[in-house]
Amino acid sequence: MSLTALVVDVAVLALLFLSLARDKEKTFTALRLAFNALKRLLPGVLAVIGVIGLILGFVPPQWVASTMGGERGMLGLAFASLLGSVLFIPAIIAFPLAKSLLDMGASVLSVSAFITTLTMIGFVFLPLESRELGARFAFSRNGLSLAAALLVAILMHSVLR
Amino acid sequence: MRRLRWDLAALAVVVVAFPLLFLTYRERGSRALEASWKYLQEMLFIFPAVLVLMGLFAVWVRRETVVKFLGKESGLPGMVVAVLLGMLPTGPLYMAFPLASMLLRKGARVANVFLFLSSWACIKLPQELVEIQFLGARFALLRLGFTVAVLLPLALIAERLMPANFEEGPEGPWPSGNGC
Repeated sequence: MSLTALVVDVAVLALLFLSLARDKEKTFTALRLAFNALKRLLPGVLAVIGVIGLILGFVPPQWVASTMGGERGMLGLAFASLLGSVLFIPAIIAFPLAKSLLDMGASVLSVSAFITTLTMIGFVFLPLESRELGARFAFSRNGLSLAAALLVAILMHSVLR
Repeated sequence: MRRLRWDLAALAVVVVAFPLLFLTYRERGSRALEASWKYLQEMLFIFPAVLVLMGLFAVWVRRETVVKFLGKESGLPGMVVAVLLGMLPTGPLYMAFPLASMLLRKGARVANVFLFLSSWACIKLPQELVEIQFLGARFALLRLGFTVAVLLPLALIAERLMPANFEEGPEGPWPSGNGC
């Protein structure tokens, strides 16, 4: 159990008691809303968990590294962005991976695009995001995030070579 | 016909593909199973809390408050609030979608919801500590600065891409009023 989860759990529990003390009825409404949201979100969440498992199990990290490593220039940038968009790796793991890519000779350009697309664009999240915010918002956000990733990568490249 | 349930379609694919792949490639399959199991556990510890937090948010936070800090009139300070909210240490990105949906229904502007989701995804505080540790403060801070600089105009573009009535909010169970 991560520290973040523990802190969030304790904080929410405290808020829940505070809410209960102030207004029982409102608190029950809140819990009912939470339960409805659970029912609505569960299929998407379970699907995401399955997809993440399949990706981590079946896509070897070495392959990720070799595709983006070396002097690939714009091709590396394209590869990195595409990979980052399709793959989902939690940022905490993405940074060590990015470091190893840099060490293996991947460019700052590729690596920075990789980090941003990895964390901001989630093709595996599209179903969930469309369900919550509508397909139009989901596709716009992912498209614009790709633009953001490329822009940030080029800026990083121009400063850090 | 109602709109396609993407989540159910994806779940159906996973339910069919996972056992098939697992039986065909035992070793990779077990690695996949292990990874999914780990994520399932992680989810169990934080998901209920996030849902309860959203429920409490729905009944206690008044629409006027959200409008004041994140609504149409909030301007640049509203954008800063959106980025800072997103940076707070909470769950992974898929936890932010229902929260974003509710912010919209409570009157936040689209640009701010876009900023909230983006900063939630790629410049979370605990993650930044890991980034500094592995890639160095220079890399991390530059990326952070460039990201915020690039996201501000893109958020405004995102807002223009949405239909005018979008801020009424997509369908969802959250009450859009005061909840009182």
